[in-house]
Amino acid sequence: MAAVSEVRVETATARTLVLDVPGWPGHDAGQHVDVRLTAPDGYTAVRSYSIASVVAEHGAPTVGPGASTITDGDRIEITVEPVVDGEVSSYLAGVAAAGDELEVRGPIGGWFAWRPAQTEPVQLIGGGSGVVPLMAMVRARTAAASSAPFRLLYSTRRPQSVIYRSELERRAADGLPFTLVYTRSAPPGWARPPGRIDAALLAATTFAPDEAPTCYVCGPTPFVEAVADQLLAAGHDPGRVRTERFGGQS
Amino acid sequence: MKPLDGNAAAGQLRTIFAVDVTAATGRCAGCGRTAPLGAAQSYQQAPGIVLRCPGCDAVLLRVVAGPDRTWLDGRGLAYLQFDTPAS
Repeated sequence: MAAVSEVRVETATARTLVLDVPGWPGHDAGQHVDVRLTAPDGYTAVRSYSIASVVAEHGAPTVGPGASTITDGDRIEITVEPVVDGEVSSYLAGVAAAGDELEVRGPIGGWFAWRPAQTEPVQLIGGGSGVVPLMAMVRARTAAASSAPFRLLYSTRRPQSVIYRSELERRAADGLPFTLVYTRSAPPGWARPPGRIDAALLAATTFAPDEAPTCYVCGPTPFVEAVADQLLAAGHDPGRVRTERFGGQS
Repeated sequence: MKPLDGNAAAGQLRTIFAVDVTAATGRCAGCGRTAPLGAAQSYQQAPGIVLRCPGCDAVLLRVVAGPDRTWLDGRGLAYLQFDTPAS
């Protein structure tokens, strides 16, 4: 069992839950946990959530940018955006409070993961709350003092829906190449009119295929399919495009 | 109905296999394509989980868990190859 120790508001709808998980074995950036909720009548629902935090390696920096998200051994963070009619997400994003207990299984998934031993360029492309595991990778890069080149392209609906805004802006100021794309409405004066990621934007803001990046694409299924198709059309190696879809499953 | 990735089946598969099979390479018995199971298409709206080949859509793996037993049908996989680090 895990216990909610803290809840942080990220946007009007998304919240980060800090979970104490006794005996947590550690995890790689990009991995997720399964959260199971059980109703009084025994009905259960399980959903997967990406882990946003990074467990401190021995000797890892505990000060500096992002240090607040480098958690100690038995503590993880998940960031949850509620989906329409979501049985689990609506509870986690709206109701769960410090002291609540959750059934958590993980870490899970070793394919959509970034490890500090990787030295190649890394292109992160997230849609909506698909930014969560990508944020974990950015944090892990800092925690491991990796010099792998990272770039982040983050597509979201409108300015109010940007998760981790202050941290991302700080990291951008510190040198992380970071591009924000709005699909529905953009702030006044924003250079690019609202719209989806397209080939021209990918060409202008992401690593080129001949730089041989590993691409991590995470978001709703239509987003992931559209972006992955564009990456392949641009000439990226299919073996280097890793995807994680959020489904219609609520 | 939109599929997820094999990653989404990782939790269920972890209850069966001793290792993380989403990072394992599977060969499709239908078309011969090899890919990590994490790259397979995962359909979870059924009573169980169905993993399909990203190349030819053939069923690779089916898992159905009942209250007291689990069925695993892997006939669509010619093989599964996973890392076994020296311990």
